Amino acid sequence: MAVILAAFALGLLFGAGLAVSHMMDPVYVLGFLDIAGAWNPTLVAVMAGAVAAAAPGFLLARGRRHPLLGGTFQVPTRRDIDARLLAGALLFGIGWGTAGLCPGPALAGLSTGMWQFLVFVPAMLVGMAIHDGAGRALDRRAPSAGSAAP
Amino acid sequence: MNEFAPLSGLIGGAMLGAAASALVLLSGRVAGISGIVAGTFRARGIELGWRAAFVLGLVLGPLVVAFVGGAPVVVRVPASATGLVLAGLLVGFGARLGGGCTSGHGVCGISRLSPRSLMATAVFIVAGMAVVFVVRHVLGLPTWP
Repeated sequence: MAVILAAFALGLLFGAGLAVSHMMDPVYVLGFLDIAGAWNPTLVAVMAGAVAAAAPGFLLARGRRHPLLGGTFQVPTRRDIDARLLAGALLFGIGWGTAGLCPGPALAGLSTGMWQFLVFVPAMLVGMAIHDGAGRALDRRAPSAGSAAP
Repeated sequence: MNEFAPLSGLIGGAMLGAAASALVLLSGRVAGISGIVAGTFRARGIELGWRAAFVLGLVLGPLVVAFVGGAPVVVRVPASATGLVLAGLLVGFGARLGGGCTSGHGVCGISRLSPRSLMATAVFIVAGMAVVFVVRHVLGLPTWP
């Protein structure tokens, strides 16, 4: 139960952070991506603040055997750069540059009730399901392949 | 309103970074939104519970900001319905194929200096910049048609 309550509180903090930082506003995101136009570097500040606050957690976690609420750490360990990673990041970036939305801000944007989020979020879930469904089918054919680490 | 806002960027960024810090310390999980969401498709019990609770909090978070600030959060989406469907499919599929999105690779991965995440973040930022460049400066459109 503590794990679920913590997740809710941290989801709230994460969503609030997206709103405060302007990350939730595609005009800011597209402004950051528009290096040949009126470039808006706000997202650089967002990334700096986020990495500065997230790094201590991952550093402290490294020295612990178990998370504070029990269970095990499930942090990715892979370090190799493969074609899946590159192709995925490329497709993701094309989509991100098209609408200025990525998964966190898209979900947080549902709170506005704007129709754009009611179109984008279901399409995003379908995209995820297509990948995961196809991945499972492929893994059944070649059981050694394994799926992409989160 | 499209002004450089370094202070709100830093503060808001620190808030979501702090959430990622606390999630890994408390529960041992990475605050990668695409992974958390896609995990709900197959999860059961407490595994489904924490993921759903995080997403619910994520959706409600901006409402708390609007309530405290006394004004709705400014959000503008300059994209057509077709553009949004295309973008949504690409973002969802690409995040799963690449093993993460802006939060998982861009924030959590960079925070732990993962070479995979550094590379993924560089690739999706450059790809996003290329799309915006083509749409705005080659085609001369205000947004994706």
